[in-house]
Amino acid sequence: MNDVHNEKGTNKSLSLFFKSSFIVSAVIIVISSILLYFTFTFDIVPPILNRGIQPATFPKALLILIIALTLLTYFISLKNPWKNEKKLPNSFYITLLSFVVFVTVSKFLDFFLGIALLSIIVSYFWGERRVTYLIMVSIIFPLIVFVFFETILGLRFPPGIITNLYYG
Amino acid sequence: MENLGLIFAPLFSYKLLIVLFFGTIFGLILGVLPGLGPTTGGALILPFTMTLDPLSAIVLLTAIYCAGTYGGAITAILINTPGTPAAAATCLDGYPLAQKGEAGRALGMATVSSVIGGIASVVVLIFFAPLLANLAYEFGQPEYFALAIFGLTMLASIGEGSPIKNLIAGAFGILISTVGKDFMTSIDRFTFGINELTEGIGFIPVVVGLFAISEMLTQSTLINQIFNRVALKAVKLPSIDDYKKTWKTIIRSSGIGSFIGVLPAEGGTVASLIGYAEAKRWSKKPEDFGKGSIEGIAGAEAANNAATGGAMVPTLALGIPGSATTAVILTGLIIHGVRPGPDLFREQPEFLYGIFGSMLIANILFFVLGFFGAKIFARITLVPNKLLWPMIFAVSVCGTYSLNQSIIDVWLMLLFGVIGFFMRRYGFSVVPVIIGLILGELVEGTLRQSLVIFDGNWLMFLQRPIALTFFVLSLIALSFPLIKRSK
Repeated sequence: MNDVHNEKGTNKSLSLFFKSSFIVSAVIIVISSILLYFTFTFDIVPPILNRGIQPATFPKALLILIIALTLLTYFISLKNPWKNEKKLPNSFYITLLSFVVFVTVSKFLDFFLGIALLSIIVSYFWGERRVTYLIMVSIIFPLIVFVFFETILGLRFPPGIITNLYYG
Repeated sequence: MENLGLIFAPLFSYKLLIVLFFGTIFGLILGVLPGLGPTTGGALILPFTMTLDPLSAIVLLTAIYCAGTYGGAITAILINTPGTPAAAATCLDGYPLAQKGEAGRALGMATVSSVIGGIASVVVLIFFAPLLANLAYEFGQPEYFALAIFGLTMLASIGEGSPIKNLIAGAFGILISTVGKDFMTSIDRFTFGINELTEGIGFIPVVVGLFAISEMLTQSTLINQIFNRVALKAVKLPSIDDYKKTWKTIIRSSGIGSFIGVLPAEGGTVASLIGYAEAKRWSKKPEDFGKGSIEGIAGAEAANNAATGGAMVPTLALGIPGSATTAVILTGLIIHGVRPGPDLFREQPEFLYGIFGSMLIANILFFVLGFFGAKIFARITLVPNKLLWPMIFAVSVCGTYSLNQSIIDVWLMLLFGVIGFFMRRYGFSVVPVIIGLILGELVEGTLRQSLVIFDGNWLMFLQRPIALTFFVLSLIALSFPLIKRSK
């Protein structure tokens, strides 16, 4: 009987770690702590030149405030739990993946190609199957935007395999 | 007061009238499309404003602000989804009334009350902004520091959601503003050896990321959602009986909206909720609320549009944004070399009164366009998300890249998009991040300069009456949610 009770207690304490309030608070605190560590690496102004506070003091204070408020939020969530969020659908992860594709392609191949690829991935996986619409959204519209920014705003897009063809 | 005549100047400038016309149409389209709205739209259009003179640029942004705030009501009434967060309260009675076959009546009341609220708030702006600007002549660095702190605490206490989460988001926004070279000592902070970060993180990548890209991720989770759209024959002007029922509500909500708008917070969203709640409290038929009450629509719509002029008061008089959209307008002012504050009122009255006049005209324009064109604008909601969002992505990427021609800005935009998505998912509003980012330099700069003036003595802040008043108000603002909870 005792064992069963202990097992239940263990499950309860373990489930605490999988609650969104715990995970979110932990992520904020870990990132803030890493940034707080970096503030100690900032250059220090010699006292004779220093006017007011050191450049690291203000970010340090902000990070400590964020950590303290996050802890407070977490302890409040123990009493008033956050609402359970639904599991994210595959379409979310595909959209997120399309961002990675965009960053990689725009960095190593071409900015315009990156936009076109992202548009076609998002449009297709969000349910569009008509080829004309896919071409419109991934090639024609980005091309209009590209030419508009290039001519009206005089913008020069980063070099790439397609952009170089445009610029000759 | 001698400058009041300048309000009518935009009427005699065909260029400003064209800008106003397109700004109003663009604002209506943005307002109608759920997930977009004047903040995101304003941020996306900022790069284009570089081709305009400063007055035309700000007139364009304010027209988008006024019309976009109203446009949200069209979607709220016809598909039960607020086009903008400020139209959330409009859904409560607008959609039930539309379901009863009275969509035209609901939209007519939303249009009339929005225009009255909007015009009332511009009148508040015209008379109150110069007074506040005059008061700001008394402000030194310590007072501005205390004012910025007051703004942030107000944002936490009367913003949407948890006050503590709002404070965390605001602090995060200020933290973003510390990235780059320290403005007093030129020491690098959080640059991690990346040259592009030494200039700091720009406003546009953050705002486009937090609003447009995070919304794209949110929409990716809703692709199977089906909207039930109510048919609209034509917008109808409210009947005499409707006016009799709602005139007090419209006046009350216009006052509430203008007041809430002046406070640095989420402007229209909070104003419409309070306007709606007060309309219900004072109504002779509170039991009709939520079932298609015409007073409910009037209360919410007059309040959210009244917040537009109110939110422009601190933005123009003090350089402190009253809402997320006015933060975008403030950025527009700054990138066009216009510094808001008391000096602007003294040195460039024609510029300011041009903005006031344009806001008045924008309200009249969206009345006409909304009345005759609501049916057409409503059709925009038929554009499927699977086509719309990839197109918005293309504009977001090119717009973000265009300001500094920096690919790092585009990556930062995506990063903030992901951060914004998770913030919203777990109940953190993204608006305090934007306000924090805008106020960050002011908060740190005035704090450090004040400490130089005070020779490092923090207690000197308490010897300045205006600063002390703002600190006391900040404490009250922070304790307000606790008092509310204990009740």
